[in-house]
Amino acid sequence: MTTIVLLTLLYLQISPPKDVRVFDTPNDAGGSITITWESSPDAEGYRILRMALPDSVYTPVDWVDAATKRYVDKVEDGVKYRYIIRTERGSAYADSEPTDEVWSHGNVFHRGRTNVLIGVAVYTTLLLSFIYFAKRGKKLFVRKIAGLDAVDEAIGRATEMGKPVLYIPGLSTISDVATLASLNILGRIARKAAVHGTRVIVPNRNPIVMPVCQEIVREACLDVGRPDVYREDDIFYITFSQFGYTAAVDGIMLREKPAANFFLGMFWAESLILAETGASTGAIQIAGTDAIHQLPFFITACDYTLIGEELYAASAYLSREPLSLGSLKGQDWTKLIIGGLIVAGVILVSFGSDWFLGLFSS
Amino acid sequence: MFETIGIWIAALLTLCIFSFLYKDNPFYKFAEHLFIGVSAGYWACYYYHNVLQPNLFVPLFQEGRPIFIIPLVLGIMMLLHLVPKISWISRWPLAFIVGTYAGYYLITYLQTNALEQVTATLVPLVTFSSVVLFVGVTTGLVYFFFSKEHKGTFGGIAKFGIWFLMIAFGASFGYTVMARISLLIGRMTFLLKDWLHIIQ
Repeated sequence: MTTIVLLTLLYLQISPPKDVRVFDTPNDAGGSITITWESSPDAEGYRILRMALPDSVYTPVDWVDAATKRYVDKVEDGVKYRYIIRTERGSAYADSEPTDEVWSHGNVFHRGRTNVLIGVAVYTTLLLSFIYFAKRGKKLFVRKIAGLDAVDEAIGRATEMGKPVLYIPGLSTISDVATLASLNILGRIARKAAVHGTRVIVPNRNPIVMPVCQEIVREACLDVGRPDVYREDDIFYITFSQFGYTAAVDGIMLREKPAANFFLGMFWAESLILAETGASTGAIQIAGTDAIHQLPFFITACDYTLIGEELYAASAYLSREPLSLGSLKGQDWTKLIIGGLIVAGVILVSFGSDWFLGLFSS
Repeated sequence: MFETIGIWIAALLTLCIFSFLYKDNPFYKFAEHLFIGVSAGYWACYYYHNVLQPNLFVPLFQEGRPIFIIPLVLGIMMLLHLVPKISWISRWPLAFIVGTYAGYYLITYLQTNALEQVTATLVPLVTFSSVVLFVGVTTGLVYFFFSKEHKGTFGGIAKFGIWFLMIAFGASFGYTVMARISLLIGRMTFLLKDWLHIIQ
């Protein structure tokens, strides 16, 4: 009987987690404390207990399983806390020593993203340098891009036929890089069209993009001295519904019969519907997107397609302005550096050197 | 009863949209305008209840958080676009939005579209897949280098890059077409099963 009691007591005697550490979670915006511990061999799980000073009572925060050795607690910044990690097994438990006081605060700089900072610094330096050189009159070469050479041809064709140009700035929001690139191109196309007195129809899916398009086209017309060409009603909002918008644009293509269709920006499943309808009307079609799943559809149904980066390069290519050309050159050299890093990195990794990988991870 | 009416409306509108395959016609125009009108109204309500209400009106007027006056003022400035004499004021919130997003996404894109892509490409050249990945990425980068004419060896490498892209696009095309076929099957199933009861 005594042996049984002793064995039961021994069974219930469980050890608490060791080496419990608390610290403000690094590289965050505040509001969290991290707790780590060495696991106890007896644990079925751990209960996290917290005391906010100057209180004197620990309250349970959470329960985690035996495999867990790290817990991030959501707390209020500036308040001091102490923690206890409790090993639990059935009804038995053992508490760790209370931790030191700890409090959370936000970090201004995320040290894990130093590589991003260096990347931004290198990219910005290259960009500004090339813009500087371009503004000082240095000739910057940009190779021929077939799709963009066809822009003049498309607008000229619309002018000769006395028909409008249809410009779709994509279906995404203003925050999308493809939309921003598209808006830059719209300015160039609107300028060329205004010179010839050709209408530019811009149906919009996004209510924020629409007024930006209106401003861009209005400025383009003013810049070339043709404010009379600008028609605000030609740049309009349809609906936010993806296929409602698509149905409307299809209708516009069939009824207005634009001689040139531009699909430049971000597109989703509607890409083929738009491009096929446009092709059926006999319009010259120039598309461009960085949506890789939609590019095949544009390539098959349009006369010219700008693939990914070509869309970003289009504005500089069309305008030949020092600012745009300089930024294009900056991007080019950044790509060159990235290409060089990939070649060097793959060689090093192939020979078993992994330190290079750490340079790119956050 | 109501379900049957709903199925009939959905089926007839589906046929109206399909009639576009023949040519533009009054049935398509009707369905198109109905679709646009209903969706425009729907999204206006959606934005009011899911964006304006929880992200502006509740924090500002119910929780009394004064920082939300800034988006309210920017929103009102945006609406001034409708007043021709002072429509220029709407340029300020637009400039704020475009500038903020451009700056914000410079960091995000550099991390996700550059650094993480580079990390994913840094694999030892020990398998056929890793060699294809390395050659595809580097030749693709050469194709998108705009500062040199695509001639000679450089042009050859760029051409190799565009082949890689086209093969990838071909695969993507086939994959996506299959997904679209499944959408068509779904619609045909609706017509033949739910509407006409021809198939079970």
